[in-house]
Amino acid sequence: MTRPLAAQFLPHNQLQRLLDTLHHSGHKVYGPQLRDDAITYAPLATTDQLPLGIEDHHAPGSYRLQQNGTQHWFDWLSTPQGIKPLLFKPRETLWHATRDATGAIHFTDPASSAEKIAVIGLRACDLAALKLQDQHFLSVEHTPDPFYTERRRHLFIVAINCTRAAATCFCTSTGDGPKCDVNNSAADIAMTELDSGFIIMAGSAQGTHIIEQLALNDADEAQLNEATQREANAIQQQRSVPSQNMRDTLFAALDHPQWDDVASRCLSCGNCTAVCPSCFCYSEQAEPQLDGSSTEQTREWDSCFTQGHSYMHGITVRHDTKLRYRQWLTHKFAGWHDQYGRSGCTGCGRCISWCPAGIDIIDELTLLSTDKGVADDA
Amino acid sequence: MMHNPHRPHRARIVERIQESGTVFTLRLEFIERDIREHYSFAPGQFNMVYLYGVGEVAISIVSDPKRPQQLDHAIRAVGRVTNGISQLQAGDTIGLRGPYGRGWPMEKAKGRDVLVITGGLGCAPVVSVINYITQRRDQFGKLTILQGVKLPKDLIWRDRFEQWINELNTEVFLAADKGDPTWPWHVGLVIELFDQMTLSDDTIVMMCGPEGMMRVCIHELLLRNIKEEAIHLSMERNMQCALGQCGHCQYGADFICRDGPVFSYDRIKPLFAHQGF
Repeated sequence: MTRPLAAQFLPHNQLQRLLDTLHHSGHKVYGPQLRDDAITYAPLATTDQLPLGIEDHHAPGSYRLQQNGTQHWFDWLSTPQGIKPLLFKPRETLWHATRDATGAIHFTDPASSAEKIAVIGLRACDLAALKLQDQHFLSVEHTPDPFYTERRRHLFIVAINCTRAAATCFCTSTGDGPKCDVNNSAADIAMTELDSGFIIMAGSAQGTHIIEQLALNDADEAQLNEATQREANAIQQQRSVPSQNMRDTLFAALDHPQWDDVASRCLSCGNCTAVCPSCFCYSEQAEPQLDGSSTEQTREWDSCFTQGHSYMHGITVRHDTKLRYRQWLTHKFAGWHDQYGRSGCTGCGRCISWCPAGIDIIDELTLLSTDKGVADDA
Repeated sequence: MMHNPHRPHRARIVERIQESGTVFTLRLEFIERDIREHYSFAPGQFNMVYLYGVGEVAISIVSDPKRPQQLDHAIRAVGRVTNGISQLQAGDTIGLRGPYGRGWPMEKAKGRDVLVITGGLGCAPVVSVINYITQRRDQFGKLTILQGVKLPKDLIWRDRFEQWINELNTEVFLAADKGDPTWPWHVGLVIELFDQMTLSDDTIVMMCGPEGMMRVCIHELLLRNIKEEAIHLSMERNMQCALGQCGHCQYGADFICRDGPVFSYDRIKPLFAHQGF
């Protein structure tokens, strides 16, 4: 048993040493970087690549970055994508098949491409969503996905505690944030950014091992107080889910007139499912070579908002937007409780920011749970 | 790499039987001996059948579980993959993985009367039940088969139905929406046959077909004091991974490929009355 490390202090000018230590321990490091007016995760070599003094402002259908004049690297809150694309790839090959001259077919697995990855910057809502994806893709009781499992095993997480809240954040109400529970999350390391550096804590033996190599001093009381104050800024959020368990409410509201209302605004584009860190749907396709000698089976993220999602031999079960939106919302906030013992939403607010029609899931949930619906399609 | 459950195994087409204009049966055998010898299944379970370079389809196994080394799949040529598969011949190689899902409650049905209801073209999954019972006749009570079709030509396996009519302790009721001179049975809707049947309170029902038909049949069954938990339905949705992963076949909290395809009515009742799930 290793003794748990006390919270330590990592000066700003030492962050590069953390990145180097992760590199030296064999990790490819991913971190937040400015690209196309958004902050996204990309391979990170030096701290110069981090978004210095930039904060993000969110509203329904809106995401804007702004300079805030600070020397902070982590004043932004939510990237368009969380960690999902690094573990559950947007597109990947499941297996290959070849056919020889005699017509005999052979199936083979793709070569393993898992590498050790360290990601710096994830938030409490991202970690909670990672747990949900783990439940879905790692379940031994069902069938673990070999691709997800291999990447997940090689993942090292440096989480960042939020010190602001966006207008779209509601992780406090879902119980998933804003502070990372370092002892009970996927984080190997969790940090809170101060004006002069970071409070750094280990969440795993691996995290302890990395921090020990940095030979840092314990954080002093003033630093811990500053962290507590800054973390408190993130707790006060403007949005909240009506309840952490909306299962019965939503299943009782299947004929609610609000579904028609939201369907009149929803474009069925699937942006919400693409940015949602817990959505797991994918479709498979065969991709044969032109000469027919080989083919591969690939999977690609799918969305319950597409027409093909519910298609079977001539019938589209969810033929209109109303049924698709209802499928999405009732799965995420109702069916998920039966599947995985909690709601499928961790309060990141991405579906609100990235909805081109500005649909606010909190408004929809509130209307669905407060107004009494009138049966209109029974 | 750890076990890859997505990857099919090679299987040989042992025999191809044309059942009707569009329906054919493929008898398949895994080529790898190890896979073949460790394979077992229950009636109502399905396999994913893969056509090289085209894709996979979920097809229920209609042959008897006591012969798991040769697996019969009744397939209707309706789409890209099934039309392609229909072109294959005995000796050709395809991909196969399974079995998947939960099948019919055959243990629960032992000693009880069994009512099998099928409609439209979807009778393959329940044919496995009928075959299972007729092969083990003394383990079950009365077998009643109710099948509805639109047109007489839609009835596949007509010879088998005619055979089942003569089975011991078995009643067969057939209905076609429109009759013709070749159709000696009822002309009209399936539900019109309910009054001709006598159902004991202990009847267990196994049903497969269009959801609209299943809805009206459930209504009739409940009127006749059949309990909700004694009614079993084979459900169908878009299936791609068959592992409860890809999300297409979700029905409320259930993944039909994994938690079904056979459900008791009481389990899916809350959503069954609603379109769009």
